[in-house]
Amino acid sequence: MDDTKRYQKLLERYRNGDIDRRRFLSLLGAAGLVAGVAGPFTRHAFAESPSQVRFDGWGGVVSEAFRQYAFDPYTEATGITVVDGTFTGADEYLAQVQAAGAGEFNVAHLSGVFDYARYHNLDLSSELNEDNIPNMQYLIPALIDVLREISAPTLSAVPYNYGTTGLAYNRAHISDDEMREKGSMLLIDPAFEGKIGGWGEWKTRIWYAALQSGQDPNNIEDMDAVWDNIRAHRDLALKYWSSGAELMSLLAEDEIYVTEAWSGRVRALQDQGHDIGYYDPPGGLAWQECLFVIKGSPMEATEELLNFMLEPEVAIAVAEGQFYPPALDPQKVELGELVPTLPAFDPTGTLSELSFFDPAYWNGNEADWSREFSRVQRGY
Amino acid sequence: MAQSAEGDLSAKPWLLMSPALAAVALLLVIPVFFIVVYSFWLRTAVGAVEAGFHLDNWAEVLTDPFYRDILFATIRIAFITTVLCAVLGYIPAYFIANAGRQHRLLLILLLMLPFWISYIIRTMSWINILGASGALNYGLMGLGITSEPIRMLYNEATVILGLVHFLLPFMILNIYVSLEAIDRNLIDAARSLGSTSWQAFREVTLPLSLPGLAAGSLLCFVLGAGTYITPMVLGGPTDAMFANLVFEAVITQLNWPLGSALSLVLLVVLGSVVALYNRFLGLGQIAKSFQ
Repeated sequence: MDDTKRYQKLLERYRNGDIDRRRFLSLLGAAGLVAGVAGPFTRHAFAESPSQVRFDGWGGVVSEAFRQYAFDPYTEATGITVVDGTFTGADEYLAQVQAAGAGEFNVAHLSGVFDYARYHNLDLSSELNEDNIPNMQYLIPALIDVLREISAPTLSAVPYNYGTTGLAYNRAHISDDEMREKGSMLLIDPAFEGKIGGWGEWKTRIWYAALQSGQDPNNIEDMDAVWDNIRAHRDLALKYWSSGAELMSLLAEDEIYVTEAWSGRVRALQDQGHDIGYYDPPGGLAWQECLFVIKGSPMEATEELLNFMLEPEVAIAVAEGQFYPPALDPQKVELGELVPTLPAFDPTGTLSELSFFDPAYWNGNEADWSREFSRVQRGY
Repeated sequence: MAQSAEGDLSAKPWLLMSPALAAVALLLVIPVFFIVVYSFWLRTAVGAVEAGFHLDNWAEVLTDPFYRDILFATIRIAFITTVLCAVLGYIPAYFIANAGRQHRLLLILLLMLPFWISYIIRTMSWINILGASGALNYGLMGLGITSEPIRMLYNEATVILGLVHFLLPFMILNIYVSLEAIDRNLIDAARSLGSTSWQAFREVTLPLSLPGLAAGSLLCFVLGAGTYITPMVLGGPTDAMFANLVFEAVITQLNWPLGSALSLVLLVVLGSVVALYNRFLGLGQIAKSFQ
């Protein structure tokens, strides 16, 4: 890259709002000064492509799939290294991002529209140049629209996959018929005391407690009933799990017989030969995951990475590795043989049968409910 | 000239201490100062932080029985853990101190061995031992003692077990240092004056090793009370220690101001224990363990 192009890129970043005027002028001045005294050594200026991009995700089989099918080929193609980290939840990751400086974290595999809105509200969103991500044309429009509603007119993320948090059950102890009959009520069935698990995350606990009390999770009217059901579950549960690996271990080792679970993780267990059933009860929780670009990231490099990851063959390979359907529209892209068999897969590409978090509703209650859950889960 | 030399002399200790003082200032004093400042700020509805001087967090932490109860539970768990470490740690420490020189070095090396493995991995190893399909249940069922797995995991007992596993080497090392420093002639003198082995131990060895026992107890208590990994991995839904509340406030709720107030409460409680210890026993004994 020559100096002219580098300065054009710097100007572009300024025009895009990625750097402010003061920083732009100081960088331009510094670049001129350095160019004057250092000559050829100015090749490594601020506007140049970075040597690495940081990606953070959920770890486990998901991370392995990304590494194998997306990051390594991307590095081979571009020379840019992808440094991947893991987190156990978007909350934990958000704390890290807030504590870090701009540009330290770049792309995150965030869950749901809820987190997209939350990160956007905290002024962590960037503005993607969608022209640089032509593979967005293959995505399910419904998944893009919900994101754009939040950060209109621009996007800070691209949808990548979706799945459900349904009910996983040990079929040696719970039959398919019993699961279909009782659904989420099995999570508070005293017959399974000490053999019930649950994700120790306030949103999921509240969602399922709302279903158990016959309420719409996106419009809860009787919150007391919800907390009572969370308490009932807490008193019967063996353990709140906090990661996909722990969920899989608890189910595989027969520690628990029933829990809500992430669809892809259950499919991974089934493929390992465990007789674990999976059921999405009526009103069960669906979510999408997106690749969120955090403010301050090198935009061109991350957009290139996103486009690379959205390449149909890459997205399908990752989906097959992590067992979650890709955000690719099945009406536009042939998804192969495995993807249509994955839990939560919607062949119509409309996702109209799935229930998602209403981001405005849940974000509006986040402060109170997350705090109250902390108490309730401790015995209050 | 004499005055200048005197000035040099008085400045020298400060000069020599300056790296240590700088490290303490940078790594302890300044971070704690920021935590104090944060504790007076507020979390906004969207999770951002609002600067200012607000007493809301402190009012909540100091008046809400929820925090008080968890704090007491934390102190209770740390105390039980410390007592168990003291009881279980004394015997191996005594054994190591009385072993031959070659064996002693080997035993100390073995004692240090667990530190080479991640604390989290060590904690999680109990799942493979005590789990429904773990080694213990497998053995019990294989021997016909029970027909179904016994539920052993995910309760307060396993939290304490995990803490003892983590902290026992600290206790053993401190007691060992005390025992090793005892003049053997004193025990021989007690025996030559007619005391039995048990009397010699009770009247000579045990009293002289008490400083090590106390130092080990302090370390175990402070480290035990400040942990959050063990209850997270080995505890059930309601098993939490105070550090878990700090973790939840900071990470889950993104409420750094409340998390700061909570962490300062824990700091003050544990700091008070250390101050009391220092007042009556002195902190020098702990330093000996690491010499």
